[in-house]
Amino acid sequence: MEKLSFRHKTTRPLAGTQAQAITGVVASGNLEVLLERNLAADTCVVEIDTAINGYGDVWEAVVADFVARRQPGGLRITINDGGARPDTVALRLLQGARLMEAV
Amino acid sequence: MDLKPVSLSADPQVQSWYEASARARLAGLLDAGSFAEFIGPEQRVMSPHLPLFDLPRAFDDGMVVGRGALDGRPILAAAQEGRFMGGAFGEIHGAKLVGLLRAALAETPAAVLILFDTGGVRLQEANAGETAIAEIMRAIAQVRAAGIPVIGLIGGRAGCYGGGGLIAGTCARLVVSEGGRISVSGPEVIETNRGAEEFDSRDRALVWRTMGGKHRRLLGGADAFVDDTIAAFRAAALAQIDRAPAFDLATLEAEQARLEARLDRFGDTRDATEIWGRLGINDPAAVPGLTTRDFDAVLAGLPEAPHDAR
Repeated sequence: MEKLSFRHKTTRPLAGTQAQAITGVVASGNLEVLLERNLAADTCVVEIDTAINGYGDVWEAVVADFVARRQPGGLRITINDGGARPDTVALRLLQGARLMEAV
Repeated sequence: MDLKPVSLSADPQVQSWYEASARARLAGLLDAGSFAEFIGPEQRVMSPHLPLFDLPRAFDDGMVVGRGALDGRPILAAAQEGRFMGGAFGEIHGAKLVGLLRAALAETPAAVLILFDTGGVRLQEANAGETAIAEIMRAIAQVRAAGIPVIGLIGGRAGCYGGGGLIAGTCARLVVSEGGRISVSGPEVIETNRGAEEFDSRDRALVWRTMGGKHRRLLGGADAFVDDTIAAFRAAALAQIDRAPAFDLATLEAEQARLEARLDRFGDTRDATEIWGRLGINDPAAVPGLTTRDFDAVLAGLPEAPHDAR
């Protein structure tokens, strides 16, 4: 198991009013993403617990790409990973952001 | 088996129960927006054991419990996530269901619904899991004795095996779909212990006609057979609440007598199709291919209704 944590500054808060959302499931090649709106509006923290060691650089790139695309200010995102590929991770993050944007 | 493709509709009611997550099943099963979760994922009550094995945890430990409404009636419900560790019972996973059942004694809901999707006990925390199974069965007995029906809904990809199969046996009513399977030892377990000649786990048709929903319904091990949609499970759960038998000595003695009669009648059979033939079905080989409507018609045409004993 490996723990990773990334903190980003965003240009704006994520739209919507949902306080929290969860998507995905911890299974082989999958992950669950818990999103909570409890940080400063210009901050996004992503914390990852992954079953696969040694891919910190890939996680860093995927998270940075997500933050750049969606500007998820205010979100604390916590991930339990069962060995998902980067494209699945990106998809789940985008799904989570969409759920949080609901009013 | 009904081989209709997975629905692409956005309406949760027509979505496949088999394909849905535990949370999606609850959302579609109960009245819209009525579900309030206890010990939600944000509380991060996770397995204390899995880190010892270097295994990832889930925020809800694969068990979603809470309060909701079914057609306006107050309900407590628990749903297992079959994709997380096969829906297996660990310490937290089991404790959440035990706690829900104990809460039912105080809340006296119209029913407790258990959405099974499990391979049994989680091997990494087997002692805690086995203890949880025993505690859950005791708690179900107490809830039923208090006059609250406990209804099991079974149609997930993990089926309902191991300790889950034992727990299902203690429920007042069971609703099952084609994809749902109910047993204690799973196909691979039987084959490992007794050989492929006893049970070939790769023979999916054999697995389904031995443990699948139609066979369980025909034997009386399940009380309703439904299509694989969330709406069908909702309608069946609602219908079964008022049909739950009393939980008393007379019910249990009658159930024991029916189980003995079942063993006398079918104990020498080698395949489920022989049982179906003895039940009076003219073309047993056609049963696995029947739609739910045709299957219900076959059921209605039997000389005697299936004995409602597990």
